[in-house]
Amino acid sequence: MRFQFLLGEIGNGLRRNLSMAVSVVIVTMISMYLLGLGLMGQRQVDTMKDYWYDRVQVTVMLCAEKTRFTNCAGEATTDAQRTAIKAELEALKPTVKEVYYESRDEAYDRFKQTYKNSPLARAGESYFADSYRVNLNDAGKFDVVASSIKGMPGVADVQDQKKLLEKFFTFMNTVSWAAIALSSLMVLAAVMLISTTIRQTAFSRRRETGIMRLVGASNFTIRFPFVMETVLSSVLGAVLAMGMLWATVRYGVVGFLSQTLTDTAFIGVADVYYVAPFVIVGVIVLSSLTSWVTLRRYLRV
Amino acid sequence: MILFENVTKTYPRTTRPALDDVSLEIPRGEFAFVVGTSGSGKSTMMQLVMKEQDVTRGRVLVAGRDLDRLPERKVPALRREIGCVFQDFRLLPNKTVFQNVAYALQVLGSSRARIRQTVPETLELVGLAGMEKRLPHQLSGGEQQRVAIARAFVNRPPILLADEPTGNLDPDTSLGIVQLLDRINRTGTTVVMATHDTVTVDAMRKRVIRLDRGVLVSDMEAGDYTTGSIPRIRLEEEAEAPRRADEPEASDGYDDGDPTAYDEPDGLPPIGRDADEPRSRGGIFRRHKAVQTSDR
Ligand SMILES: Nc1ncnc2c1ncn2[C@@H]1O[C@H](COP(=O)(O)OP(=O)(O)O)[C@@H](O)[C@H]1O
Ligand SMILES: [Mg+2]
Repeated sequence: MRFQFLLGEIGNGLRRNLSMAVSVVIVTMISMYLLGLGLMGQRQVDTMKDYWYDRVQVTVMLCAEKTRFTNCAGEATTDAQRTAIKAELEALKPTVKEVYYESRDEAYDRFKQTYKNSPLARAGESYFADSYRVNLNDAGKFDVVASSIKGMPGVADVQDQKKLLEKFFTFMNTVSWAAIALSSLMVLAAVMLISTTIRQTAFSRRRETGIMRLVGASNFTIRFPFVMETVLSSVLGAVLAMGMLWATVRYGVVGFLSQTLTDTAFIGVADVYYVAPFVIVGVIVLSSLTSWVTLRRYLRV
Repeated sequence: MILFENVTKTYPRTTRPALDDVSLEIPRGEFAFVVGTSGSGKSTMMQLVMKEQDVTRGRVLVAGRDLDRLPERKVPALRREIGCVFQDFRLLPNKTVFQNVAYALQVLGSSRARIRQTVPETLELVGLAGMEKRLPHQLSGGEQQRVAIARAFVNRPPILLADEPTGNLDPDTSLGIVQLLDRINRTGTTVVMATHDTVTVDAMRKRVIRLDRGVLVSDMEAGDYTTGSIPRIRLEEEAEAPRRADEPEASDGYDDGDPTAYDEPDGLPPIGRDADEPRSRGGIFRRHKAVQTSDR
């Protein structure tokens, strides 16, 4: 009976305060969508790191004629120099995993093939030279290779793809953190809105709560409808936000980006399924906490 | 039932205490008036009993509880033992008479069956049988106060506090309300009624606790009290007396809680209800009448 009564009270409250409830739904939805986007950005960075760090190579660029690198002194690398460089690289095993030789033409073709849509495309200009491509067993050991190869005759430069990638990852990271920061502002707005809503509602229902108090209703009976109205509204907002996030990832990333940029890994809807429970539980905790604290302050029992 | 021991209550940011060293005892089943001019501390006394306010000094015991030591979470249980009625009725305007009374049971988690049984019983007791579906604005002031009393009493609390319940009512209606409270008192309920309406007090021959600027100035047993100005109402009361003497069973009936007894013509509900109708303030009266005629 009491449960039924409480359900009825919650229903009445939501109906009478529909605009309040809708505003809570919307603010929660937008803040959680932003938060979701930020989290997806983070997961995208992680996904790409996993994908790329297995594939990054150290590029030992060889000299071409009239190249700008000082170490080359304008001379192209001779065959003898090539052999010496190759031998040095082989000597660095097991730090070095594999060494490939790639001619300038191959490099250009490969660039055209694989990097046409990639963010790495911009870094491609200096790649057009003969080079040794070196896979490392540990992507972090670039310095070991660089220190022994750099400065050898015929070596124009030693480049670490990881550094280029890291610039890109830092950029993406910053963007996603900005989204998260923005969303936390929105969460703050949501918290304040919930608090104001509850104060308004408590005021508009002071007659009812006054009578409840008078006849000795428990604190729980008096407060529960308020808390539930807020929690229901904000959870609805969070669920809608996760729906929007799902649609964004499903149609924006899985359906579009990963079709267009085939050379890299992207997040999928599984990542949405992974974060959604945390977001929804977080919203439940946050909204019930906010409403409980507000009620303690503004609804005398 | 209610015990005040050297109770002083000073509100924050005030110098003069609202209650000053008041000691008194109201035993179970008593009917006591608390009288005094406006600002003498009557409402403060009521609020201390309900633990709406805390004493500054002294001790208040209600239904075996020391209110000063009563933890916050046990206050609802205390209030379940106290029914409260106020000058301004405090009814929910969008709920019917039945719903208003039922609300008090609903929020305490009573079963639907219990509500369906108790609410009509209580409405009959306060003389509002047949008005279940009215909204508060379709009732006269006296009737609204009866609804408020029904709501306060529907849970059968052992204590009923009434803070100037007749403050908004005309004298005849007031008498009806006080007689209703008397009737509730005869079911064994301790009733404390604050009022500055000496006419009504005179008519009742009950214990009178008089406050003056927070000080207890007199505490007279039933029958001792008289203001000297014995009005028309007193005469009416006396005129009724023989009738009541003819039907001694009526009051006993309430004690037994026998619902059929409520219909006994002991003069209380009919007088109360009929008397206030012609005297109600215009608006309420007209609306009330309009609905009545459109009903039939
Ligand atoms: N909440 C309050 N805060 C401060 N002073 C109050 C408050 N309530 C009552 N008082 C003061 O206490 C005194 C007694 O008031 P009250 O108990 O309401 O008297 P009564 O009900 O007899 O008219 C008055 O002087 C009043 O101004
Ligand atoms: Mg008062």
